[in-house]
Amino acid sequence: MNTPANLKYTKSDEWFDSASGAMGITDYAQSQLSDIVFVEILVEVGDTLEVGKPIASVESVKASAEIYASAAGKVTAVNSGLADKPETLNSDPFVAGWMVKVEGGQAGDVMDAAAYEKYCAERTH
Amino acid sequence: MTYIPHSPKERDVMLATIGVKSLEDLFKDIPAKHRFPKLDLPPALTEMEAAAELAELAESNENVRGDLISFLGAGAYNHYIPAVINHIISRGEFYTAYTPYQPEISQGTLQAIFEYQSLIAALTGMDVSNASHYDGATAAAEAVNMAFAQFRGKRKKVVISPTVHPQYRAVIRTYTQGMSLELAGDNAEADLESGPESLASLVDDNTMLVIVQYPDFFGRVYDYTELIKSAHSKGALVCVVTNPTALGLFKTPGAMDADIVVGEGQPLGIPMWFGGPWLGFFTTKKSFVHKMAGRLVGETVDNRGQRSYVLTLTSREQHIKRERATSNICTNQGLLALASAVYMSVLGKNGMRQVAELCYHKAHYAAEQLSQIEGYGMCFPEPFFHEFVLCCPKPAAEVNAHLLEHGILGGYDLGQDYPALKNHLLIAVTEMNSKEDIDTLVDALSEVDHE
Repeated sequence: MNTPANLKYTKSDEWFDSASGAMGITDYAQSQLSDIVFVEILVEVGDTLEVGKPIASVESVKASAEIYASAAGKVTAVNSGLADKPETLNSDPFVAGWMVKVEGGQAGDVMDAAAYEKYCAERTH
Repeated sequence: MTYIPHSPKERDVMLATIGVKSLEDLFKDIPAKHRFPKLDLPPALTEMEAAAELAELAESNENVRGDLISFLGAGAYNHYIPAVINHIISRGEFYTAYTPYQPEISQGTLQAIFEYQSLIAALTGMDVSNASHYDGATAAAEAVNMAFAQFRGKRKKVVISPTVHPQYRAVIRTYTQGMSLELAGDNAEADLESGPESLASLVDDNTMLVIVQYPDFFGRVYDYTELIKSAHSKGALVCVVTNPTALGLFKTPGAMDADIVVGEGQPLGIPMWFGGPWLGFFTTKKSFVHKMAGRLVGETVDNRGQRSYVLTLTSREQHIKRERATSNICTNQGLLALASAVYMSVLGKNGMRQVAELCYHKAHYAAEQLSQIEGYGMCFPEPFFHEFVLCCPKPAAEVNAHLLEHGILGGYDLGQDYPALKNHLLIAVTEMNSKEDIDTLVDALSEVDHE
């Protein structure tokens, strides 16, 4: 499982990059969902995000999940390319698979990489 | 495993387990007068006697295959049903109303639904069809659900033409209760003579869906291309409710760039059956497939590379997506979808066109003859398919009563739904009406005039 050290993580398996303001789903989340076949970003540039509000809806071959904002802030960009290439979330969740970018992002209740790895390990038992 | 539940012995065991002495004790909290009543039934009949009694009851029905000549349509159409349909759908392998969940044992049924979807998509000119809904009215209501989901509730207005089937509009109102929607366009004062362009002015930035019917409830045929273009310029979707028989002859709603096309599949080889069960078809563009309600069968290959069929994109459905799904409906009319698929495949493209042409020409002959009777006339100048509105010199209900005396089931009394149209009859003519039938109608109406 890949867990970049520069990112922060939520209990609902989203990541937030405080340097770029980007957020998305974790490697753990994509492996649990399995093959992702549909992504719909639910927010638009200019929207104001609140921590915990849905930013995207994801469907895999076996499940459907809402993705929640890991940080508050004003949306400056959305990754509209994901709609045509949902499998990007499986292959590259942390870079090409970013979903939304915010400016002045205030992270909610987040963990560092080490804490998140421990949190994931506990759940797999 | 036994299929006879609750033998006396089992009841005793269950009663003992919960510590109740008798059935009487179990129900003692229910006041005696509210318990299952004593039934006052006649003595039981033998099978032979019961068959005779039921046959006698059935004979009191008057049917349209011999008893009456019918010109009644308004959503239910009397078409010829090829004998092969009943033979195929009655086969044990197919004879279930339910959607198969297990592809390992259901390839035949899944392929039949896939063929149905392919045929319906071709007929409507759309990208994708679901496995069907209960009937045309519920399919129309699902179009509203889909548009609502597409805009995630951000748009709240639906513009409905007043000449969408009145019962479909009633079902849409029932389905959308509690969704805080604004339904515009079909109010009582709506101008029934104006064309689709009058709806365009009602479409604004809050409009999620425009619903029109093709041909409309009065049988009129409009090209909705301009209306659809105009609605799209406001970002709204457009649903066309259509008659599948008409699509054998006319431009498809898909060619008009409709976003959703729905309709009643009954004309495709399904008896009128006093109103149901019928078949609702639902088609849309590929880009909306994840917001579409209902089952969907897809074609794939199995692990040996063989062509096979499975329910697909199920993660959008209610059993997985829960309250975030477009609809809480994920069943379909499996058996009747099969009936319509057999109908379409038996007729083929040319046969579908021939049926539509027969309906068209016979209806136009009828319209020409009827409008020559003094006091009668065509209400609308627009082109029509197999149904048209006849203005009568007296209330439609009286005209129909007179026709029934002559063994004719007259048209639909439009005054039931449009108070201003109480002297107006909606007349439907299909390939089942011979020239003699039409001439009989003309003679009977000529008589009404001279009373």
